[in-house]
Amino acid sequence: MSARILALALALAALAAVPWWVPGDYYISVSSQILIYAVFALGLNVLVGYAGLVSLGHAGLFGVAAYATASALAAGFGHAGAILFALAATLAGTAVFAALALRAAGIVFLMITLALGQILWGLAYRWISITNGDNGVPVASRPAPLGFALDVPAHFYYATLAVFLLALASCYVFIHSPFGVSLKGTRDQPRRMNALGYHVWLIRFYTFLFSGFLTGVAGILFVYYTQFISPQTLALTSSAEVLLMVISGGTGTLLGPIAGAALVVIVKNIASAYIERWNMLLGVIFVAIVVFMPEGLVPGSVRLAQWALRAIRPAASARKAGTS
Amino acid sequence: MSLWGILAVNSVTFGGLLFLLSAGFSLIFGLMRIPNLTHGSMFMLGGYVGSSLYLTYHLPFWLAALCAAAVVAAFGGVIERLLLRRLAGSTLAQVLVTLGISLIVADFCLMIWTGDPISVATPPALAGGTREFGIFFTTYRIAVILVACVVAALLWALLDKTRLGAMIRAGVDDPQMARVVGIRVSRLFTIVFCLGAGLAGFGGFIGAPILSVYPGLDSDMLPLALVVVILGGIGSLTGSLLGSFIIGFVYNFGQALVPELAYFVLFLPMVLVLVLRPQGLFGRLAP
Repeated sequence: MSARILALALALAALAAVPWWVPGDYYISVSSQILIYAVFALGLNVLVGYAGLVSLGHAGLFGVAAYATASALAAGFGHAGAILFALAATLAGTAVFAALALRAAGIVFLMITLALGQILWGLAYRWISITNGDNGVPVASRPAPLGFALDVPAHFYYATLAVFLLALASCYVFIHSPFGVSLKGTRDQPRRMNALGYHVWLIRFYTFLFSGFLTGVAGILFVYYTQFISPQTLALTSSAEVLLMVISGGTGTLLGPIAGAALVVIVKNIASAYIERWNMLLGVIFVAIVVFMPEGLVPGSVRLAQWALRAIRPAASARKAGTS
Repeated sequence: MSLWGILAVNSVTFGGLLFLLSAGFSLIFGLMRIPNLTHGSMFMLGGYVGSSLYLTYHLPFWLAALCAAAVVAAFGGVIERLLLRRLAGSTLAQVLVTLGISLIVADFCLMIWTGDPISVATPPALAGGTREFGIFFTTYRIAVILVACVVAALLWALLDKTRLGAMIRAGVDDPQMARVVGIRVSRLFTIVFCLGAGLAGFGGFIGAPILSVYPGLDSDMLPLALVVVILGGIGSLTGSLLGSFIIGFVYNFGQALVPELAYFVLFLPMVLVLVLRPQGLFGRLAP
């Protein structure tokens, strides 16, 4: 247990010291980006990992939060008002999403979320009087909470880190609460949970709302980070990317999505500096992960390493037998 | 009046194209329980391959359409045999693989055919139109409607009147039982997957003179196929047919009346069906 606390303290110290040990503002910004996507992936993982419901429409909810923030700011709201409005709008959107998608479970759930996500994308793309279509909506300024100007990359990083830690803590509490345990029950044995008197639908509905809330928080951070929002953010590719983060890290673990977010953001930033074909690479990664490491990147690498070791060891032992 | 007439004709044409797309999707889903997210890509790939054959290699129009369908069907067969077959039983993995392939295909098409939209001229024999009841009917659109009807009739005959169709229906209703009585369900999977992909590819090319072929066509069409299948019910041919025409009408009228919300109006039939009849209009499978 103490080793765990030590590891946690070390990780926290490393995260807090990022502005000192990474070279330059660009990398501080990439670190912020990783944390933003980590919050997004945590939100999706609540649904994918703990409720067993795979959503391919979360980029739509992420976009609702971002567009709501940008539109409220453009309409003359203050930052606090815009953020509250965006959270309310995302929760309302999530409630509609959940009410419709939870008419089904499993694959039909996935299809409904995908269709709804694409409809939101279509809305962002076509509803030009609100969203400005393909040109997107700019956000003029970042907020300055407590006189702490977030225009400085390091300051923005700390604000993101604070939100990220809150999100992580809330996920921890959520998952280890009696509600979280009953949620895992509805994932593994929905019928038995139903027979025991749990309201399976309601548990899933609340979980969807929590997932949507975290997604909204990530969306607001994102729109302040890029200071711009366009329909591209809501595209199926974005939903696929965040799902890849969750799956590559290992679903149903608290730290998996964070590792996955770091991995995908870093690969994307490196890859887009050298090659133009990020989407093709993303597709290849998807297929490769599914075919070679279906259980997730971390356990999958361990298994592949063991397999490689076993492949080497008989040769080594044969050699040993030869010398003796 | 004539505006409404033209809109109605266009809606029926679009419905026909949607049927070519969604019939395969629905059958694949019904039989294999795979939401084939490459289906939009198959449509786009068919459009690109067909337009290259037609415009660059000057094949006759309908031959180009059949060749495009064959190429896309073969591609579908390869995917089914090499990837989906290995992942049988793991739905999430199949979803991810089809998603990955759709990203690869989209980028591949962008690489080969560049980002410029390709517009395909209607074949000369079907150019022009006739004026009836004060409405101008474009011959090509009528031809597309007829082709969709013929395909629907052929599919119906295949499923309802042949031994293969009986086996497919058995597989849709109860794959385990079908295996027990000696039907080679895995071979049916390949046949149905090729058939569905081929139909989508065929639709992609004969839709090209109307929709043109452009990057992003795949992600425009995939949600429409999803909505049609959610609406009509999974694995039901009648459901796809009716769903396609409903969505064809809703989408076209939406585009004409509230262009900014054209995609959003698709939401309404979907909400109604999900609230009132979650298994879809003709669905037999419990969701």
